[in-house]
Amino acid sequence: MAQEDADELEGERNNVRDDGRRPPRAVVGSHRIEEEMFGRAFDQNVIRRIWAFARPYKAKLFISVSALLIFTGTQLLIPLIIRYAIDHGMAPGGIDHSYLLAAAGAFLLAILVNFAAGYTQETVVGKTAENVLFDIRRAMFARLQRVSLSFMDKTEVGRLMSRLQGDVNSMHEFLENSLYSVGDIALLFGIVFVMLWLDFRLGLVTLSVLPILFIVRIFWLPRARDAFMAAHETNSVANGALAEAIHGVRTVQSMERQQVNFILYDDKAHANLRTHLIAAKYAQVMVPIVDGLTGLAMAVVIVVGGSMIMNGRIDVGVLVAYLFYIQRFFDPIRSLTLQYSIMQRAMASGKRLTDVLDVKIDVQDKPDARALSPEMDGSVEFRNVTFGYNPNHPVLKNVSFRVHPGETVALVGPTGSGKSSAMALVHRFYDVQQGQVLVGGHDVRDLTQESLGRQVAMVLQEPFLFTGTVFDNIRYHKTEATRDKVIEAAKAVGAHDFIMSLADGYEAQLGERGGNLSLGQRQLISFARALVADAKILVLDEATANIDSYTEMLIQKALIKLLEGRTGLVIAHRLATVRGADRIIVLQNGQVIETGNHDQLMAAGGLYSKLYNLNYASFDDIPEEELDASAQADSQT
Amino acid sequence: MHRKRNSVWNTPVSSDAIGSATKPLNSFTHVEAAGWGRGLSTLLRITRMNLRHPWQVAFAIGSTLVAVILQLLIPKLLGQAVDQTQTAIRGGVTGAAAEQALWISALLLLAVSALRGLVTMMQNYFAEAVGHHVAYELRLACYEKIQRLSFSFHDHVHSGDLITIGLLDLEGVRMYFSTALVRALLLTMLIGIGAYMLISTDPVLGLVALSFVPFVAWRSSVTQLRLRATWLDLQERVSVLSRVMEENLGGIRVVRAFAAQAYEMLKFDRASKSALDLAHDRVDIYVPNTSAMTLSFFFAMGLVLWIGGNKIIAGEISVGTLATFLTFMTILQMPVRQIGLMVNAFARASTCGSRLFGLLDQDITIRDAPDARPLEISEGTLRFDNVSFAYPSTETRPIVKNINFEARRGETIAIVGPPGSGKSTMAHLIPRFYDVIEGAITLDGQDIRKVTLATLRKAVAVVQQDAFLFTTTIENNIAYGDPWAKEQRIERASESAQLHNYILGLPAGYETVVGERGVSLSGGQRQRLTIARTMMLRPSVVVFDDSTAAIDAATEQRIRAAMRRFAKERVTIIIAHRLSSLMHADQILFVDNGEIVERGTHEELLAKRGRYKALYDLQMRSE
Ligand SMILES: Nc1ncnc2c1ncn2[C@@H]1O[C@H](COP(=O)(O)OP(=O)(O)OP(=O)(O)O)[C@@H](O)[C@H]1O
Ligand SMILES: Nc1ncnc2c1ncn2[C@@H]1O[C@H](COP(=O)(O)OP(=O)(O)OP(=O)(O)O)[C@@H](O)[C@H]1O
Ligand SMILES: [Mg+2]
Ligand SMILES: [Mg+2]
Repeated sequence: MAQEDADELEGERNNVRDDGRRPPRAVVGSHRIEEEMFGRAFDQNVIRRIWAFARPYKAKLFISVSALLIFTGTQLLIPLIIRYAIDHGMAPGGIDHSYLLAAAGAFLLAILVNFAAGYTQETVVGKTAENVLFDIRRAMFARLQRVSLSFMDKTEVGRLMSRLQGDVNSMHEFLENSLYSVGDIALLFGIVFVMLWLDFRLGLVTLSVLPILFIVRIFWLPRARDAFMAAHETNSVANGALAEAIHGVRTVQSMERQQVNFILYDDKAHANLRTHLIAAKYAQVMVPIVDGLTGLAMAVVIVVGGSMIMNGRIDVGVLVAYLFYIQRFFDPIRSLTLQYSIMQRAMASGKRLTDVLDVKIDVQDKPDARALSPEMDGSVEFRNVTFGYNPNHPVLKNVSFRVHPGETVALVGPTGSGKSSAMALVHRFYDVQQGQVLVGGHDVRDLTQESLGRQVAMVLQEPFLFTGTVFDNIRYHKTEATRDKVIEAAKAVGAHDFIMSLADGYEAQLGERGGNLSLGQRQLISFARALVADAKILVLDEATANIDSYTEMLIQKALIKLLEGRTGLVIAHRLATVRGADRIIVLQNGQVIETGNHDQLMAAGGLYSKLYNLNYASFDDIPEEELDASAQADSQT
Repeated sequence: MHRKRNSVWNTPVSSDAIGSATKPLNSFTHVEAAGWGRGLSTLLRITRMNLRHPWQVAFAIGSTLVAVILQLLIPKLLGQAVDQTQTAIRGGVTGAAAEQALWISALLLLAVSALRGLVTMMQNYFAEAVGHHVAYELRLACYEKIQRLSFSFHDHVHSGDLITIGLLDLEGVRMYFSTALVRALLLTMLIGIGAYMLISTDPVLGLVALSFVPFVAWRSSVTQLRLRATWLDLQERVSVLSRVMEENLGGIRVVRAFAAQAYEMLKFDRASKSALDLAHDRVDIYVPNTSAMTLSFFFAMGLVLWIGGNKIIAGEISVGTLATFLTFMTILQMPVRQIGLMVNAFARASTCGSRLFGLLDQDITIRDAPDARPLEISEGTLRFDNVSFAYPSTETRPIVKNINFEARRGETIAIVGPPGSGKSTMAHLIPRFYDVIEGAITLDGQDIRKVTLATLRKAVAVVQQDAFLFTTTIENNIAYGDPWAKEQRIERASESAQLHNYILGLPAGYETVVGERGVSLSGGQRQRLTIARTMMLRPSVVVFDDSTAAIDAATEQRIRAAMRRFAKERVTIIIAHRLSSLMHADQILFVDNGEIVERGTHEELLAKRGRYKALYDLQMRSE
């Protein structure tokens, strides 16, 4: 049958490949729906939340806004001084230099004030915006430390990282820019005012050019925004695909997917190129328009202003000042309209940030939660516990058992039967739907999570190590643990020897996620970490699954002394690991179906004894019928 | 496709070409010289890549030249218009003639401005287009390179660093053409011609008007270079911060399990503070300098006003000339400041570029030999001939030593041994994830180093010990190695891996999206998914690296039963700790410290009463 399959497959492959079609089941990068990039330009709730972060810097903001206004004022003043100098101090053949001197003095004063105000405002704005940025990020990170694991299970790390980096940065851009737009608005109004004040008619004629820009912008903005959005989106898609290629490179290579992936990635990279070129077109098309309008305004000033000069209605200095103002006059409009899209983008980012800040914390300390004392007895009890990640699909159904102080109890059962989930409940990673989990006689919901965590140490099924030295990893958060203690733990789990054989021993740097160690070695280190935590209850979720029985036996021996008086909860598929446990609980399909010690369970002849015998025999010895029977029994799970 | 890729991996500049171009002025630091040399060769290389789009480059440069000339005409026209009004007042010409002259100036001004806008648009667009095209090519090259680089490279390079190269460094190279090259041209022309025009109009006033240029150019370059240096530092600190956050979120279960949130916040705060402090320092570098630059500009303008005013009084120049000077100054203000940005763009392109090219020029240590031929499987026999291996980082300590064994089609080889004894390493040698240091691995007599990598890896499948799942549907994950597969085949594979029933029970069935590293699947479900994924391939050698550790014995039995036929067609290597998983093997190898210390069938090993027997007793004794 396999051969037929292969032939059928080969034929199929060649056909499809030759006509160059994309494989139907291949994607690179997670193709999630991109989040909205532009929100409403103004979202009161978001503004309020972000303002809360700026509030501590109120005084600084006040200073910087004042400095900004002064700065803008001097900018407006300078052309006026020039105008004054030209009109009053520069009569050809004149002898009175005092006007020119006065103008020069005023000019000097103005630029000094300009310097001081500019300096103050930029320093304060720059630093404050950074502070706010870091504050927001910290608040989000702190929130993520407390949100329930069910949220974290659902959310990709990459996505959270883009919240913590990209969105926070666009907030930063927004904060800085919104201060500058205060300046822009002031400048715009100032210019309009001064122009009208210098000469009302000339001002009016010149300003009539302005509405054209507004109208053009109104047509331009929605299209340009779509183009910018497309560019942004294709960019993050391409980057996501790259990140995936980096993280999954070993699988990609072992499955020979490079070629397919490259073709798929090329699609994304090309889309990225295309959208960026379109966006560049939209961005650039404004340049000739603004330049043309500037030219138009100058032409108007020259023709109208020029004839006014000839009529003696205005002085030539006014004309010069006008030419100065016109050159500055489109800047604020340009940046204000851009501001609008920045603001929209910031609102979308802000919304996502507040979403993180507002993630519901399902698992939370009660107001009157008690600390679990280290002197507690170490008992663990499940009382009619029902639990499911999805409330409609319970993973644990009405589970009850009790682990007495100092006992070692094992949890065994088929894969997916809910063992790891049950252990997660001891630690209150999730809250039960019904029933109670008690640790040391207290419902875990009445305890502070912090104190509970300190009394329950876990070796997780997936060993996770941090970048850093071996020593840092074993000690982890127990910064008070001495070196001896760390070494003692490493020795107990049999990790000492291989650690010493590393180039720098305990100071050896681990690769990303401990990649330069074998999986078993990673497991040993994570085991040692749990020992250093020095907790009353030790949960071992497949802690020795990737370790041979001999090493395991040595560990068990070493642990006997170390774990005296502590409670142990052990999960294992290799039943030999748990044979010596005081009690064995057999879970199937989320239900406790048997309990007892090894001998009792073997005598009972239930699932445990069946599993144990399978462990024992070579499968070649098992007749087909029995396999089929057991397959049927379990396919209902 | 292929040609496009090759065009990016151009050969690096030959070293003597660089050497002669950048002879160090005084040779007090070789390091410095080498650094500059490499920087220059990087810039040359980027420039060459830009030149591969000759039309766009030509358009960009042509329009830059035109834009400069038009730009410089504007102050002239303005000054001329001002003078026309003055002559009219003094009665030099009749009212009508003056009106007409004004109209001409105005229309010229309008035309020049509009044209300048158009040309600037072209300049900007084409300059960006060149950058985007180069970025596209580099993006593909990076992706391909990263996919092809061997395991040992990925072992020592942090994924975050690769992402930085692919994102930030690529950006720096992209910006090179528009912000460094084109801008350099623009600024030289603008400042050069502008200065010439000013000085030729009135040398004294011209020099005064330009007096701010050297100061601003100097300050701005120094500032930007300092910012550049701190930027690299900042990037480093930010990447530490990112790593802290990313590991925290990735390892959130560990963090929670140890109630280590406070400790993690501490780590975060430390990283965060160091980045924040530097960000503040950068503000302190930046602001005083820009403010000083503005001040010097205005100061020069004040001087022009004062000296020019006196000259007007003395009747040496006209008001129009003064207006020309002042407008010139406003026009030059931005470009002069941009000198710093331009210097920064060069510096950025050279650091980013050398990192990026560093990646692209990486040797792919494991690749096809020049005379590699496709692997031909006839008997399907795998042989290890005296194989030894050490990781680059464990050079002195061989991890695998003198391994010999042979396996024929249909046979099963089992490997047992303590953690770190080199089992996975042995498995990784067969598909050439790493190359052996001594000895040889052969398939049907063909040394695996002499056949093409693609055919070899199709022939050898490894179920990895720690599985990576992609964030996509279960179906796509199973079909990862064979995305053309028919649905029935996917289902059959998942049935064999005892996963089908479970998947059907999920609300979205095969369309369920499994997350990163497969949270939301139990350990055993994840392992079964990887088994199913491997069964989709049609390898001649299949390695199960501890891939049933989280699967209960009953399920494992069923998987094995389903795979019996699968196993008949190929060599199966099983690495396991549970002896029931492997005691049926045709040959069992007990490895310790990279060496085979015992070998034989289950019965033979039991009879030997050695270490295998000890393991057996531990697992099977029934006290
Ligand atoms: N974070 C999660 N979100 C949603 N479902 C989950 C999550 N973790 C586990 N499950 C599901 O809950 C069920 C029980 O999983 P659990 O990890 O408790 O099994 P287990 O007994 O530990 O299995 P194994 O022996 O394979 O590790 C499985 O069907 C699994 O798919
Ligand atoms: N990428 C690597 N770089 C450097 N050293 C490594 C790397 N991977 C493994 N090692 C080292 O090589 C040795 C053998 O590792 P290997 O993964 O082959 O062990 P293993 O027999 O598979 O162990 P386990 O049963 O724990 O999976 C170990 O000492 C380990 O620390
Ligand atoms: Mg589990
Ligand atoms: Mg291994």
